[in-house]
Amino acid sequence: MTLAEAGPKWGRPRFFTSYRTETAIFPSWSQRIAVALFLLVLVLMPFDLPVISQLPFVRFLGDDVWLRIVNSVLIFAIAAVGLNLLLGVAGQVSLGHAFFMGVGAYAAVVLGSESTGGSLWGWGLPIWIWLPGAGIAAALAGIIVAPAAVRVRGLYLAIVTLGLVFLGLHMGRMFDFIAGPAGLGRRWPTFDIRLWKEETPLVDMSSGGRWLWFDVSKNAKIYFLLLLLTVVLTLIAKNLARSRTGRALEAIRDRDVAAEIMGVPEARYKLIAFAISSFYAGVAGALLAAFAVQSSPENWNLLLSVEIIAIVLIGGAGTASGALLGAVFVILTPNFVEEVTHWLASQEDAGGPIGFIAGAVLTSGQSGGAIATGTTSPGWPLSVFDWNQVLYGFLIVIFLIFEPLGLYGLWVRIRNYWKGWPFSY
Amino acid sequence: MELVFAASSLTNFTQALVKAIALGSIYAIIALGFVLIFKATQTVNFAHGAIGMAGALFLSILVVNEGLPLLPWGNPLANLPGPDWVTWFVNFAFALVLTAILGLIIERLAIRPMIGEPLFAVAVITLGLEIMIRIFATDAVEVSTRALAVPWGSRGFQVGNTGIAWSYVAAVIAALVAFVGTYLFFRTRTGVAMRAVAFDQEAAMAQGVSVGRVFAIAWAAGAALAAVGGIFASMSPWPPAGAVSAEGSFIAFRAFPAVILGGLDSVVGALVGGFIIGFAEIFAGEYLSHLSDTLGAGYQQVVPYVVMLIGLLIRPYGIFGTPEIRRV
Repeated sequence: MTLAEAGPKWGRPRFFTSYRTETAIFPSWSQRIAVALFLLVLVLMPFDLPVISQLPFVRFLGDDVWLRIVNSVLIFAIAAVGLNLLLGVAGQVSLGHAFFMGVGAYAAVVLGSESTGGSLWGWGLPIWIWLPGAGIAAALAGIIVAPAAVRVRGLYLAIVTLGLVFLGLHMGRMFDFIAGPAGLGRRWPTFDIRLWKEETPLVDMSSGGRWLWFDVSKNAKIYFLLLLLTVVLTLIAKNLARSRTGRALEAIRDRDVAAEIMGVPEARYKLIAFAISSFYAGVAGALLAAFAVQSSPENWNLLLSVEIIAIVLIGGAGTASGALLGAVFVILTPNFVEEVTHWLASQEDAGGPIGFIAGAVLTSGQSGGAIATGTTSPGWPLSVFDWNQVLYGFLIVIFLIFEPLGLYGLWVRIRNYWKGWPFSY
Repeated sequence: MELVFAASSLTNFTQALVKAIALGSIYAIIALGFVLIFKATQTVNFAHGAIGMAGALFLSILVVNEGLPLLPWGNPLANLPGPDWVTWFVNFAFALVLTAILGLIIERLAIRPMIGEPLFAVAVITLGLEIMIRIFATDAVEVSTRALAVPWGSRGFQVGNTGIAWSYVAAVIAALVAFVGTYLFFRTRTGVAMRAVAFDQEAAMAQGVSVGRVFAIAWAAGAALAAVGGIFASMSPWPPAGAVSAEGSFIAFRAFPAVILGGLDSVVGALVGGFIIGFAEIFAGEYLSHLSDTLGAGYQQVVPYVVMLIGLLIRPYGIFGTPEIRRV
């Protein structure tokens, strides 16, 4: 083996001896083994296995209530990986991701749902048609929007895509034969895997069952489907970023004029970036709506766009692993806050040592603490849901000010600190 | 006098014209604040609508609840001698000052540390701020709607068959004052400093201009203008109907098209863009109403975005915006 072929076997991150290893998806063996182990844990998580179910964090996530939340993490991760291709790799600012997710979701509902009473459109096709169909419909929407990105740049583009979200919300009201009645929406198809429209599905995803020796709940089944999709789509995105297309997109991000002069056709590559990113968004939108069972057009609003941008930026723009980390962090944080609030409330009732802190922070009435334990709160004490949204905003601000590279940047810092351990450099 | 809106086709036109001028003025005020902030600090302020809503909320707390926002004390200016409108206008100014302070706090804590960072990162920070401010403000208005106790209420006068609400007149006067004020301000020493910073930050710094101070002034002025827009948009003849509501913060999102159409960094553009958007929204609402089955209810609210998309494809930097010079 020559030196040029030899890659880093175990250590030194970002130390490459050949082009081949530099462009590898997982350059070192330590990374490959870590990813394989991590995937193994993820696959075994929902099962009641002796060792896996004892791991502290995993045990907690394997719970059926938490599996629902993990599922939404996976869905948002797909959307974020897609937006990362556009925002992090190609450098195009889009506030319109909620629009593309909505397009995907409604393509899915038209393809997959039964038409009810003749007033709503729906063809009742199986999942292997409606899921890719959702992506393709969103990609087409992206292709229509992309030429605007060639003409309009930077912050102007951000506001144009913002307009797209509001147009989308209005279209949801306009086409009520697709979106269903305002405020109520309609039902999305289930995740059942069928060959065609037969009565008993190939894999029944809408109720629990028994696989080999294990009981699997409905959420666990959905979890496996989403995990597979997330892994495959993330690998595709990672692979794309290191391909010819990915390099062209990075060139456009870094300096569009220079890229054009070097022979990168700007319009074509921006079109590709928008199409692929919207494809991911469409798939994620369809999954999100199907996972929520029922959804109304008002859900595809600016807040959803901001949520996905928050995931990408908090995770660290430009890296697929950052998008995954961000999804875990951003989706789990509100649930964490909720859990803490419940725990504090129980402490307050029990009159434990934390009781008086809980009494100061929580309130069920008009005044006193900052967090209202009721679902609707009168006046200033905000409900838990509102606090979560405030927390979103706060996290975005804090991360962008103090750690612009996001969670991935934090990880790089930690890694660099230990790289030369026990020597300081 | 109570307003009577007449129904012949000519009066429909004049009625729509009056409404369009008034709405255009409000959009222009909001756009002006936005442009001031963008010109001086290169920040696209997505929190503009939320700040405006906070301003309207401040006024409501000051005049209706006779208290101070977020503070436990009463409002010392709530019961001034003299007629009611004196008290209202004093408190109006007070609300603008409070909003300007809010703008200063935002600038100091969130915008100043980001000098030199990518513009998009700063824009996303304002998106985060938008969520925070809007949630706090929405929470305060959601349960009990808050009135503004505007002295002229929903009254107005008639010219021929056309009803003109005093709110319309007030909005137009406010826009006039705001634009003339900005024009005069740009001729003062501080105003020249601001234009210098807008033109070239480093060169202005080298000439001894305190860029930080200019940033602070721009944010204070921008926030105050947002509050003016928010307050006038919450007055009676407009859809939120005389109360501060959560919808109020979305009027600034409809004012974005005005800014973009006029050009992000042009004061004249804010005026022209505001009026184009105001006219488009009102006239589309008036003359396309027979198509509302096809276009969907509330279609006039998305007219600004459609106009913006068309306008941008024709002129990518707006009508009066400075085209970015692209160099390798």
